Amino acid sequence: MIRLLLDLALTHIAGRGRQTAVSVLGVALGVGFSIAMAALMQGSQNDLIDTLVTEYPHVTVSVDTRKPRPQPASDVFDAAAYSGLRPRDDRRGILNPAAVESALRSWVPGRVSGTLALQATARYGGSDVGVQVIGIDPDRYVTVAPLADNMVQGRVADLKATASRIIMGDGVAEKLGASVGSTVTLSSSQGIARRFKVVGIFNSGVSAEDDVMVYVFLKNAQTLAEQSSAISDIRVSLDDPYQADAVADRIERTVALDAKSWQEANQSLLEAIFVRNVIMYTVVGAILLVAGFGIFNIVSTITHEKARDIAILKSLGFRAADMRRLFLLEGLAMGTVGSVLGWALGFALTMVLGSIRFEVKAEVEMTHLPVTVDWTHYALAAVFAMASAAIAGYLPARRAASLNPVDIIRGAT
Amino acid sequence: MTAPAAAPGDPPLIEALHAGRVLGGTVPVTLVKDATLTIGKGEFVAITGPSGSGKSSLLYLLGLLDHPTSGEVRIRGEATAGMDDDERASLRLATIGFVFQFHFLLPEFSALANVMIPMRRLGVRSDREMRTRAEEILASLGLADHGHKRPDQLSGGQRQRVAVARALANDPPLILADEPTGSLDTKSTGQVFDILDGIVRREGRTVVAVTHDLDLAGRMQRRIHLVDGMIVSDKAATAPVA
Ligand SMILES: Nc1ncnc2c1ncn2[C@@H]1O[C@H](COP(=O)(O)OP(=O)(O)OP(=O)(O)O)[C@@H](O)[C@H]1O
Ligand SMILES: [Mg+2]
Repeated sequence: MIRLLLDLALTHIAGRGRQTAVSVLGVALGVGFSIAMAALMQGSQNDLIDTLVTEYPHVTVSVDTRKPRPQPASDVFDAAAYSGLRPRDDRRGILNPAAVESALRSWVPGRVSGTLALQATARYGGSDVGVQVIGIDPDRYVTVAPLADNMVQGRVADLKATASRIIMGDGVAEKLGASVGSTVTLSSSQGIARRFKVVGIFNSGVSAEDDVMVYVFLKNAQTLAEQSSAISDIRVSLDDPYQADAVADRIERTVALDAKSWQEANQSLLEAIFVRNVIMYTVVGAILLVAGFGIFNIVSTITHEKARDIAILKSLGFRAADMRRLFLLEGLAMGTVGSVLGWALGFALTMVLGSIRFEVKAEVEMTHLPVTVDWTHYALAAVFAMASAAIAGYLPARRAASLNPVDIIRGAT
Repeated sequence: MTAPAAAPGDPPLIEALHAGRVLGGTVPVTLVKDATLTIGKGEFVAITGPSGSGKSSLLYLLGLLDHPTSGEVRIRGEATAGMDDDERASLRLATIGFVFQFHFLLPEFSALANVMIPMRRLGVRSDREMRTRAEEILASLGLADHGHKRPDQLSGGQRQRVAVARALANDPPLILADEPTGSLDTKSTGQVFDILDGIVRREGRTVVAVTHDLDLAGRMQRRIHLVDGMIVSDKAATAPVA
């Protein structure tokens, strides 16, 4: 039965070869461009998220000093109003940092490293530059941040030597006029000044970091801040970055500190990506809907052209449902061929796009468009195309099926 | 009547009871009016009448292609009025073979493929059996060497014989033919008529054929004459029309 309908469908399609080819091509182009676009979108999105995931700590634990502490009256009364509350003026950072760090280390599926951040002024020669000093434990820090990979000169481990040493962003070094081997002075807002020897230069690619950040050994940072054994932030790097929300939640519950996942920290960016995806799927849907018009047009033409054949088949004893299936099948056949051709086209386009190389900045090496080949794009484009082909076939099919054979036979005789 | 007497209690193959067909519209047109007839197994019936007298319309009613607007049509004693379109389609597929004035073959399919279409729709035979049967039918109609040809590669008479072959495909007890020889020359007409005649005599099927050709009608067993949608006579073919 289905083979008979298929035979009939293919005969009809073959009888309109050129027109069929055009509408199949329409579907193929729709599917192909959708896939290429999705590959590009997905590729750039992955690229971006990769950057976020490698550059940013997956979870940052810090003391939440932005809000005043909760007042006991709030626990007792349903409604309480306060005036004159201020955030707590406590610069000790995370209380009992060693205990918190080891507690996290005991269960967090990843690596943990405490840091102390403070503002300071760096002085070299005649120039002063405001810098953010990050005190780190070099061995631990390289496991939670890509600093080691970003080193242009020197090594992170060089910080560990007894003498005071510093690694600075290339932007900072440039502003100061310092280079590896120079000795710069850091003065903190507490009025402490120390001399540090430059042992390394990094370039993270994010100028907001390269132009202000310097790294020193944790102990030295604590000295500058006049807070021995203080830690302001704990950076967590997870084996699976997508666990960040869950881990951040659990940290907040267990150690009563503010824990922020990378998703939360980059929420607006991720929302923008989401909106972009919505736009993409809308456009893909629209492209394939338009491709559907081509199919509608030809199936519709065939039902008119083959009205006599429909009457013959119905008079022989074919049912209305058979006729509906027949033309639905024709739409789907075109959708299928179009989808398969579209897959090939989409893959080819993706490869071409992915191989285009161009220079962004003179000093950066050649880069290329990020593309991702993901089978879900192929499946999705085909589903869209088939759905639109099915609708495009079904509409004329329904009309053809309801045709009364006697009307046509009378007209012909 | 010359119809062989049906066994008592055995319902006739096809019956029309006061069947009428009026085309609705601002000016209703009566195609068939109050047609009552009974056709049994093994009959060879001619339907005659002037052009526009409603012969085709009556045939469509008997063939369940059209619904009567009054009265009813029964197949083997079974009322068809209550059937839905699918049931009527099934009944047509298995029990009624149509031959139209124009061959109405599917133009893209070979003669053999055309004959196989009703069998494939019915789906009771295997592929091989269907092919063998189609070849046999075509051979019995003198078309053994033409099975592979498309309709446009056949002569008018050959096409009409293919149409008859297709009507016979599912071995239906009833063949309805609307001017099957209307577009043929004398020789082809004779051939097609002989085939229909053979179907009745040798295979015991019932053939109801609309025809203009009074000669032809004269060679059938029974003749139903229509005027303005009314059956005005229904008697043995040799009797003069009233
Ligand atoms: N759609 C229609 N609208 C109006 N009148 C119609 C329509 N179809 C058929 N008729 C009329 O119904 C009558 C019967 O038509 P029918 O085709 O049954 O006649 P017929 O006996 O088969 O004629 P012919 O010998 O020419 O084939 C004719 O007078 C025709 O004009
Ligand atoms: Mg007629």
